[in-house]
Amino acid sequence: MIAASALVLSACGSGGGGDSADDYLACMVSDSGGWDDQSFNQSGKQGMENAVKNLGIEEKDAESQGDSDFKPNVDNMVQAGCNLTFGVGFLLEDTIQEAAEANSDLNFALIDSTFSDADGKPVTIDNAKPVVFNTAEAAYLAGYVAAASSESGKVGTFGGIQIPSVTIFMDGFADGVKKFNEDNKKDVKLLGWNKEKQDGSFSGDFENQGQGQELTKQLISQGADVIMPVAGPVGLGAAAAAKDAGDVKLVWVDSDGYESTEYGDIILTSVVKEIANAVEDTIKEGTEDNFTNEPYIGTLENEGVGLAPFHDFEDEVPEDVKKKVEDLKKQIIDGSLTVESESTPK
Amino acid sequence: MTTDISPAAPSAAPPPESEAEDGKQQTLLQEILSGSWLVSLLAIVLALLLGGVLIAVSNAEVVAAAENFFAAPGEFFSTLFSTIGNAYSALFRGAVFDWDARTAERAIRPLTESMVSGTPLILTGLGIALAFRCGLFNIGGQGQVILGATIAGFLGYALPLPPVVHMLVAVLGGIIGGAIWAGIAGVLKARTGANEVIVTIMLNSIAGYALGYLLKQNWFTHTTSANPQSRVIDDSSQMFLLLPAPFRLHFGFIIAILATIFVWWLLDRSTIGFEFKAVGANPHAARTAGISVSKVTIIVMIVAGALAGLGGAAQVLGTEYKLTGGISGSIGFDAITVALLGRSKPLGTFLAGLLFGAFKAGGYLMQSQTGTPIDIVLVVQSVIVLLIAAPPLVRSIFRLPTPVLKRKED
Repeated sequence: MIAASALVLSACGSGGGGDSADDYLACMVSDSGGWDDQSFNQSGKQGMENAVKNLGIEEKDAESQGDSDFKPNVDNMVQAGCNLTFGVGFLLEDTIQEAAEANSDLNFALIDSTFSDADGKPVTIDNAKPVVFNTAEAAYLAGYVAAASSESGKVGTFGGIQIPSVTIFMDGFADGVKKFNEDNKKDVKLLGWNKEKQDGSFSGDFENQGQGQELTKQLISQGADVIMPVAGPVGLGAAAAAKDAGDVKLVWVDSDGYESTEYGDIILTSVVKEIANAVEDTIKEGTEDNFTNEPYIGTLENEGVGLAPFHDFEDEVPEDVKKKVEDLKKQIIDGSLTVESESTPK
Repeated sequence: MTTDISPAAPSAAPPPESEAEDGKQQTLLQEILSGSWLVSLLAIVLALLLGGVLIAVSNAEVVAAAENFFAAPGEFFSTLFSTIGNAYSALFRGAVFDWDARTAERAIRPLTESMVSGTPLILTGLGIALAFRCGLFNIGGQGQVILGATIAGFLGYALPLPPVVHMLVAVLGGIIGGAIWAGIAGVLKARTGANEVIVTIMLNSIAGYALGYLLKQNWFTHTTSANPQSRVIDDSSQMFLLLPAPFRLHFGFIIAILATIFVWWLLDRSTIGFEFKAVGANPHAARTAGISVSKVTIIVMIVAGALAGLGGAAQVLGTEYKLTGGISGSIGFDAITVALLGRSKPLGTFLAGLLFGAFKAGGYLMQSQTGTPIDIVLVVQSVIVLLIAAPPLVRSIFRLPTPVLKRKED
């Protein structure tokens, strides 16, 4: 903490690209979730802190409290001469895009979203890198395990808000369940998401844990015994409901829930999104003068996404299921199996 | 002027002696309104002092120095004062004048940024203040801002119109949106006696979720983007900039000035405004004097909503250029604070809006340069409200004399 604030206080206002890591300034602007959202803002910040520790760079960060804070916050980073400025979340897309176009000597990166023009068509920007994650691949494996672990023959999921970075989890999960059914001639049902219609249950935000608890109770009352909440901290409400019900397991998302939450004993596994590593890698590229606008896409192959260990359920998940999951993972990595989602980052 | 009213009634102020026959709401409101300018100023000073304490305790260096207090008290105080000084000087540089900036333009830009942040607060604050003066608690600024922004934004990208005309049409749409939204609460209050506090709060939620729904509909957003946000508004509907880039000061600030003058005229010079204040001071007396309280209630809410809707329009057409779920930020709630701090007077609200805009603009720089948590600014703002709402507290802290006769306002 002391070191961090000392760095912030002594951070100089010189512009332009620094040559060594010592005077490389990386900056990050959050969306309104803030740095303690137990989700992508927090992971992003973690990446910054790791980079400060491991690469010896300097950092600045600014938390946004509302959408109108994005422009001033990013502008302050540009004025401070940040060599690389991260925006966290799709809401910062336009702001980062604008800043990148106006400041060709500085680099930018956008976490969890790609760049698009007014009509929603993808565009590339010379000095801005999208950092996105093909979480469908890992969620596919989670869906397979979930279906294999379900005793009731029903698994469930719900999201926070219907945006691509959320539904991509649900698409992968749905396909994993389907794959399990095909392989084993079973009929495990998925509640809360219909991949074909792209329609399902959403809590409406990433804050209201009570809503997550309600949705989870509904899923449980419909018979689901493995549930994947894709809603950041709202998932904690789901965990509370699952714990009350007993016999219900959760699939956590973003981080390894066994470690990041107090509900480790009901968490079957987690679909992990290594945002912190991606941030650190991107900063490393910058310090080595290798920054490109090539999108970073986290996959199973580059370990940007992954399936967390089963922890307490290590003994309960059958060996053949574990082996099958390893096989599927290999197939996805070598390209013989493609997990498709409308939301897959391209 | 309506001549039905007793000529003994003071013309510019609600009679403070009317000992609130109409229940607690009225008394509370008058208590708040009768606080003096000095109290407002002292509240700001006190809040900044308290903010300084928080800045100090949230700073690791100060805490470390405090642990060695007895070994090196001098160092503790120098760290303490430099930390608080750095934070507040960054706040000032971000809000008024940045002497560390790289260019002259950048040096004077902060003041214009304060105006930009203040614009929606002033407009919405005027809407809240107007309702306060009529004895109505309009807590629905948030919903009215959302409606104003939603309609203004939609018209801003959905209609093919020439410049200026396009902007005016969009602004008008924003005004109507806010007016309808607040009008619902006004009509319900006038016709059924439904408490406007509850109705406006509920309408806030409805507006927020309605916008969330609309942002998922492609016919509404005019874009194929799967994220819940609208298309960027056309250039022709943007509020034009008053100064060239990098300045962001836009026409909305002029609208805010005009609106302030309009509200002043309405309250202090117009017949209907006199009726507003008469109802605010004492609805029973006003009714006896032949004023239609229900008509006044509806009109006040409509005008208040129109002002808040204008605030929403300024936000989307002036700075954000597109609709997102968070378009209204916390404007609707901050505006309540602004109206209270401005003692529900037009000029007071204008200045309070500018002050809060300055806090916002300065907060950005304070956070990014000194690492001071942005929440400190929020605490400072909240403490200001708390103290404004409790003038006797401020008076006793500074040992000010209790006003024996409540002085005539203005």
